[in-house]
Amino acid sequence: MIAINNVSKWYGDFQVLTDCTTRVAKGEVVVVCGPSGSGKSTLIKCVNALEPFQKGSVVVNGIAVENTKTNLPRLRAQVGMVFQHFELFPHMTITQNLTVAQIKVLGRGKEEALDKGLKLLDRVGLKSQADKFPGQLSGGQQQRVAIARALAMDPICMLFDEPTSALDPEMINEVLDVMVQLAREGMTMMCVTHEMGFARKVAHRVIFMDQGAIVEDATKDDFFGKPHSERAQNFLAKILQH
Amino acid sequence: MNYHWDWLFFFQEADDGLMYYQWVLSGLGWTVAVSLTSLAIALLLGSAFGVLRTTPNRWLIAIGDTYVDVFRNIPLIVQLFLWFFVLPELVPRDIGLWMKQDLPYFVTAVIGLGLFTGARIAEQVKAGINSLSRGQRFAGLALGFTEWQTYRYVRLPMAYRIVLPALTSEAMNVYKNSAVTYSVGILELYFQYKQIIEKTSQVLEITIVITLAYFVVAFATNRLFAWIEQRSRVPGMIAGGQGGK
Repeated sequence: MIAINNVSKWYGDFQVLTDCTTRVAKGEVVVVCGPSGSGKSTLIKCVNALEPFQKGSVVVNGIAVENTKTNLPRLRAQVGMVFQHFELFPHMTITQNLTVAQIKVLGRGKEEALDKGLKLLDRVGLKSQADKFPGQLSGGQQQRVAIARALAMDPICMLFDEPTSALDPEMINEVLDVMVQLAREGMTMMCVTHEMGFARKVAHRVIFMDQGAIVEDATKDDFFGKPHSERAQNFLAKILQH
Repeated sequence: MNYHWDWLFFFQEADDGLMYYQWVLSGLGWTVAVSLTSLAIALLLGSAFGVLRTTPNRWLIAIGDTYVDVFRNIPLIVQLFLWFFVLPELVPRDIGLWMKQDLPYFVTAVIGLGLFTGARIAEQVKAGINSLSRGQRFAGLALGFTEWQTYRYVRLPMAYRIVLPALTSEAMNVYKNSAVTYSVGILELYFQYKQIIEKTSQVLEITIVITLAYFVVAFATNRLFAWIEQRSRVPGMIAGGQGGK
């Protein structure tokens, strides 16, 4: 589904990604973790070409994103993405947030888009908030709407870029619950997150990044059981201490 | 003070058969027409060039920057003279003649004032777009929007809301700046003001009336924009100001 081959990226002289290679198979849930500044968010944004890269290749569903002939809007419409800061459109109601891309990108009719949007809103438990604006919702609620907005496009896979990092602790679980449910339904997912509980529960593989490189790419059991690299061991020791 | 007050002179007939108050109204009409047309041109140009300056393409940015640099750095009156007197000499003879003889002054004046004001609005639109988080563009693109669609549906609707107070000032400035077009033969309010002083010498009365006329149109514009600001306020967003008050 997603193949990342030898991707390197520089900001000027500064190399942010070094020769990253990994795969996400259909139906697989892959968690990407690592210390801040390790390039996790940059890597996941390369998957739908929000961040350009200078070397290597990313192939999504058979299509190379770095190819200048690729119709990026069309490809991105098939890849759902959820951001750290939700990024709902503040001037639109929740309903409009859920339908605007369905109508303008996929060309669905208003009725159909609304139907789909409200169904997904119900699924994330927020049906009663349909006519509110994002600014009137809590962070956790906004992130659940953002997930519903991505799902409304019927994506073939979902990218999560630190979806719970900007949330107050008491709101993290309501978002993770939605993600767990999604994983169990067989959605292909690539998640940048520090939530190791989530990784243990649903991930098939865990990727550990440090200083722009993929240091460890292992099955969940191997990663939590016996990480090869010292850096991954240190990282786990630090975040699992408490 | 030996000034001879005479408010009734407004109802005296001038040498063209109209009464002086009709001169004032006619001038006011031209002022409003020049200002509103220029403002419409300026909003279009300002939005287009403001958007260009926020695109990822450095050539488009250069085009936008050049426009703003040129039109913001030359005094308005000099710009108008350039359009009226210099440009017709630089273009092929036939076009130059047509510009001098057949092209209505009004058209040249509103293009001149529109380009000048548009450069200022471009600056504000750019600032508004840049004040939005980078993630808003990403979110739009990730949903499959084209770059243009992220402007149309995501970025411009918020950017306009953010810069509305600045746009209000700009809209009010257009009325005041339109007085400069008297220098290229537009028979607007300031032109009539000068003319009435020459004919009647009732300086104080006409100055008071003209002052009020400018104040009323600018203030009405201010109230109109405040109303738009009120109407377009997004629930749940922290309000930036108090509606231009």
